[in-house]
Amino acid sequence: MKKILLLAAAFLLVASTAFAGKTYVISVTQIVEHPALDAMRIGMADRLKEKGIDFTYNVHIAQGNMATNTQIVSQIIGERPDLVLAIATPGAQACAQKIHDRPILFTGVTDPVTAGLVKDLKNTNGKNITGMSDFSPMDKHVALIREIVPGVKTIGIIYNSGEPNSVPNLKALKVEAAKVGINVEEATIANSSGVYQAAKSLVGRCDVVYIGTDNTVVSAIESAVKVCTDNKLPLIVGDVDSVARGAIAAVAVDYYKMGLQTGDMAARILVDGINPADMPVEFLNDLNLHVNLKAAKAMGVTLPQPVIDRASKVIE
Amino acid sequence: MTLYALFGAIEQGFAYGLMVIGVYLTFRVLDFPDLTVDGSLPLGAAVSAMAITSGYSPLLSIFMAAGAGLLAGMVTGILNTKFKILHLLASILTMTALYSINLRVMGRPNMALLGQETVVDKFVGLSGLLPQYATPLLFALICLAVVAALIWFLHTELGLAFLATGDNQQMITSQGVNTDNIIIFGVGLSNALVAASGALVAQNQGAADVNMGVGSIVAGLASVILGETVFGDKTISRALIAALLGSVLYRIAIGLALGLKLGSFSITPSDLNLITAILVVFALIMPKMKRKFLAGRSK
Repeated sequence: MKKILLLAAAFLLVASTAFAGKTYVISVTQIVEHPALDAMRIGMADRLKEKGIDFTYNVHIAQGNMATNTQIVSQIIGERPDLVLAIATPGAQACAQKIHDRPILFTGVTDPVTAGLVKDLKNTNGKNITGMSDFSPMDKHVALIREIVPGVKTIGIIYNSGEPNSVPNLKALKVEAAKVGINVEEATIANSSGVYQAAKSLVGRCDVVYIGTDNTVVSAIESAVKVCTDNKLPLIVGDVDSVARGAIAAVAVDYYKMGLQTGDMAARILVDGINPADMPVEFLNDLNLHVNLKAAKAMGVTLPQPVIDRASKVIE
Repeated sequence: MTLYALFGAIEQGFAYGLMVIGVYLTFRVLDFPDLTVDGSLPLGAAVSAMAITSGYSPLLSIFMAAGAGLLAGMVTGILNTKFKILHLLASILTMTALYSINLRVMGRPNMALLGQETVVDKFVGLSGLLPQYATPLLFALICLAVVAALIWFLHTELGLAFLATGDNQQMITSQGVNTDNIIIFGVGLSNALVAASGALVAQNQGAADVNMGVGSIVAGLASVILGETVFGDKTISRALIAALLGSVLYRIAIGLALGLKLGSFSITPSDLNLITAILVVFALIMPKMKRKFLAGRSK
């Protein structure tokens, strides 16, 4: 009798959840709190809500600590999620190493192949993992630099040689610059307090300063803005948030939109039951252009009208 | 805290166990605050990752990592003893240099080990246990083997001189022991353990990363102090085991903080660094509070 009652109770439980629609458990691991990374997390949640998908979000942030980053993976395994969302490279690597029985979706990873997450961008190694790359469209960055600073001969770049995302970005910049006969001058830093010095070291060595999606440099971008303003050296960046903070312009990935697109991928895995192994790595093709007229004036540049017209956001 | 999270915390505790023992040797035994750790941990990871991707066995790569750590620690020791640079500064200099060296070793900031066979995979295969149980067991066995070897070593003549160097340098010098050499060797040994820990961590998390050492010394000190407070340090054997268990306790505390919910109030991830700091402060003031409490009672 007891068994029958239990069975009936179990059946009711299963039936009620089936009628209410499934609530998916999504566990998120993020290496650090940072506007771009947060925007991806929020974007993905918003897209799933738009689609009427019911889910709970367990958010774990490692505060930049690699040991915590690994420990979060065991927390996630204990949560038995339907999907793991890994934001940025370290979290994705730790999850890929330990979780093999449920789908992992990464986002905001610049170079997923070198990071060892996928074998190639078509994702042909048949693992439980896929996601989105935020690789900078460097050809568009160089084109924007040439449009704003006509006759540019040398681009100065500030980057942290210890950041996994910055090294491939630098390589791409060199390739794209070489295509149009422009030189690249490098200034490397090890931590954000070095940005001021690095910017100063570029004065006189280049016609324009470029800062890519480098977390360390971007966190202290104000020092670069100051040096560039003082020396009438244009500063063009690789992320739109830095334009509001005083750079002249950026054509870049909108991390919120990237989160939305990641949400589409999540829906395909959760609702349509598509195996991540059959989904290639995606990129965001819808880019945003932001310009800052005040910064342009302060750095001695007149922004061409077509650039202003194209911008999705103009800061006066 | 789920069972997985608990085993995950124990796993992390033992993975960083060798590092904590290394920190114990310098900080408590040699009385040498050594920040080389923040650089030698990723050094071990980098050497191990490079060795594995170049085709060496993952087990051998741990010994190669330890060798590299030994050299790094010896540099700090030499800067301190032969060139009379303050120990703290000497270790900061080595740590700073190691950042660039680690980038050179790997040729890039992050080196993936995903898909490569590691000691963890080998042990999981051999033991037949589920990975979430096999991994902490493997790291615990490695740590216990090293602790046993250290206990043996610290009872040899050289080991006793090593212990005495931190206690009373003048006395041991008058016994005709060259304390400089002992400090150089001791800081080297400590960093060999730290680097071996870095190798284990990299093989466990699937990548070596140049930034993985950040905050190691804080975690190491917190673990040492936590272990001493909870398990005591009456004898050297007990103190070593206390340091190792302190590492496990520290990670369990972090695991609890990661999943803590008190009614409608839940810890947000951004509170984690604050909690870590409170934990260390608490561990530091505990012995004093205990003494005060006991003194108050005897009145």
